[in-house]
Amino acid sequence: MRNLIYLIIGVFFGIVMTKSEAVSWFRIQEMFRFESFHMYGIIGTSVIIGAIGVALSKRMKWKTIDGDDWKLDSKKFSTTRYLFGGAIFGLGWAMTGACPGPMFTLLGQGVFSLLIVIGFSVLGTFVYGILRPRLPH
Amino acid sequence: MLETIQGAWHWSVSGMLIALVMFSLLYAGKEFGVSSNMRTMCSIAGAGKYSDFFRFDWKTQQWNLLFIAGAVIGGLIGVTLLSNPDPVQISASTEAYLTSLGIAAPSSGLQGGGYVPQELFGLDQLNLTNFGLLALGGFLIGFGTRWAGGCTSGHAISGLSNLQLPSLISVIGFFIGGLLMTWLILPSLLKLYV
Repeated sequence: MRNLIYLIIGVFFGIVMTKSEAVSWFRIQEMFRFESFHMYGIIGTSVIIGAIGVALSKRMKWKTIDGDDWKLDSKKFSTTRYLFGGAIFGLGWAMTGACPGPMFTLLGQGVFSLLIVIGFSVLGTFVYGILRPRLPH
Repeated sequence: MLETIQGAWHWSVSGMLIALVMFSLLYAGKEFGVSSNMRTMCSIAGAGKYSDFFRFDWKTQQWNLLFIAGAVIGGLIGVTLLSNPDPVQISASTEAYLTSLGIAAPSSGLQGGGYVPQELFGLDQLNLTNFGLLALGGFLIGFGTRWAGGCTSGHAISGLSNLQLPSLISVIGFFIGGLLMTWLILPSLLKLYV
């Protein structure tokens, strides 16, 4: 039953990614060229509402469905891993126009060449895992 | 009613609904973050033999695999039941720029109303060069998100909502890479490829 909930939230997410056009390679090009507010509006709205909700959840001590605390882990501070890792992801994001969520949504839309992107992103993750001890974090 | 839903959604509606996805997962006891699924896939494929990083109980991440399975189904629903009759309406300046690089505009009819350019993603136009572009892009996504510990969902949405400085640094990184690719690297690559 619980598993069904995750699947349903995912279906909803896929629909939102499609209808918002955040899955569109064209929209990502437009965003990085600063030629439209569309993508900034999407991300900005979700962060503002997200931040208000998260702040409220802490103040009001909202619990999960099982009565636990919300899973809001603090991330360990560093600059190198976030800046370098982030920039490498940004290169791939602008190239394929897809971040990890849209990769899967586009596949569902029948754009099967996304299997290449997904397959190589798994390979990239694997190579990261191998090189991890030698990379600055 | 259906017609309104079938059209492109306003950014404010979309943004609100993405926040709703994050809150739904938080309420269910999980954290919104898509890129960790690639680590799970490595682990399932037996990558634990090669690195400790992949030695964890992947069954604890089963929920996230279901989430992306849902995202696949949502994509299908988005282009069938809720299919938008109009192509993506990007700005005229982006259209003109892309056309100059040999990528037809979404409104030109050549893209078949899809969300991605056929020149790069069309299976019938697949050759070694655009395969290379998609493969390299995918590799950078997988390597970069894991090094940074998250992607757009984990850092830009979840992390920024929780006012995490590391997430802000990551998002700055996303833009450094994205701007470099969009303004410097991709134009030259497309001139070679398309």
